[in-house]
Amino acid sequence: MPEPTLFQQIGGQPAVEAAVDIFYRKVLTDDRISRFFDGVDMDQQAAKQKAFLTMAFGGPHNYTGADMRRGHAHLVAKGLNDSHFDAVVELLGQTLTELNVPAPLISQVASIAESTRNDVLGR
Amino acid sequence: MPNIRYAGQDYPVRHGETVLDCLLRHGISISHSCKAGACQSCLVKGSGAIDEAAQRGLKDTLRAQGYFLACSARPDADLTVSPAGSAVRTQARIASLDSLNATVLRVRLRTEAPLDYFAGQFVSLFREDGLARSYSLASLPHEDHLELHVRKVPGGAMSEWLHQTAQLETAVELQGPSGNCFYAPGNPEEPLLLAGAGTGLAPLYGIVRDALRQGHQAPLWLFHGALTPEGLYLVPELTALAEAHENFHYVRSVVSDHESIDQAILSRFPKLSGWRGYLCGDPALVNLLRKKMFLAGMASKSIYADAFLPSAPA
Repeated sequence: MPEPTLFQQIGGQPAVEAAVDIFYRKVLTDDRISRFFDGVDMDQQAAKQKAFLTMAFGGPHNYTGADMRRGHAHLVAKGLNDSHFDAVVELLGQTLTELNVPAPLISQVASIAESTRNDVLGR
Repeated sequence: MPNIRYAGQDYPVRHGETVLDCLLRHGISISHSCKAGACQSCLVKGSGAIDEAAQRGLKDTLRAQGYFLACSARPDADLTVSPAGSAVRTQARIASLDSLNATVLRVRLRTEAPLDYFAGQFVSLFREDGLARSYSLASLPHEDHLELHVRKVPGGAMSEWLHQTAQLETAVELQGPSGNCFYAPGNPEEPLLLAGAGTGLAPLYGIVRDALRQGHQAPLWLFHGALTPEGLYLVPELTALAEAHENFHYVRSVVSDHESIDQAILSRFPKLSGWRGYLCGDPALVNLLRKKMFLAGMASKSIYADAFLPSAPA
């Protein structure tokens, strides 16, 4: 039997559904990063958060590095930098801890998120 | 450059241009209003490669027939387009016109054939010359007339016509209904929060009466906001409704009394997990409320919002 994927171990799409509100609430209330979300359309944003979590959980996605750059360029222009990226990774970890995801899986998720850093920050 | 064929003529479409913008640029008159894929006033029928994005939110039956929204389609191949026309519209006549306050007019419409809708959905109203605007339905499906609440918008072509010129028995056409902001039965133990300002009350007035009629058990709280007390309307009706239903509560929130509608809600209910929310009206207010309700614990899937998009400049 093949080894279950990270996405399967975390719990697949239901895990994304469980995590998205918790994660997004943290993001919107974190003083370090909430300003980047002022005035955004919450419907669109929730869909983006889901797509992001699905990717970070090792699930199916069709993000490319170029998409990441394009999608965040307007935020980089507003000053998005490493400290903000770190904050998001931290909140992602907190979310998964609250959902009782085991630490080794959380660090795998963090490293997937980490792999997008340079594209997100437009470097 | 791909062409749009319309009424036997070919119109070259620029890269990235929508079908609507292309036809308008060539002087073709196409009904439209929000230009954002919401109001569905610019529904047209096409043959050729149709953008999936331009069919989002349309009924399956319309999609299958090749209908799409001209404002959301960016063709990269030739496309033949024809107006949606009366085939998909419902004929109606103005049955009554009465003022609800100094700026809000209640328009009741009698349809030729019954319109199948949920209270709280919206329709596009077409004047004879093709002018179109969207309005939410304040009525319930079993009622004799459709009810719209029309705010007088300074310089607004449709609202000024309805407020000043339109006569009883004038014929109009309706398209729709559309929108997902309505009461779905199930979870009768879930408390409901309904909030809106101005004519955001129209869909809420339908939704709350629908929920009560369907026997919703848990508390229903309606918050109606206005800048001044004169901006409120249907106060006697809602007060009577609250008297008739123990679980229905009606709160008026007037900005000139120094309490914003979000404060009015959150001071009573700082924690909203387990609630279902209906938020309607001005987009800025709807977005603000949506964020605050979400942060107070309301699940995003339990928030139904209907932001009234303004008509886009032609």
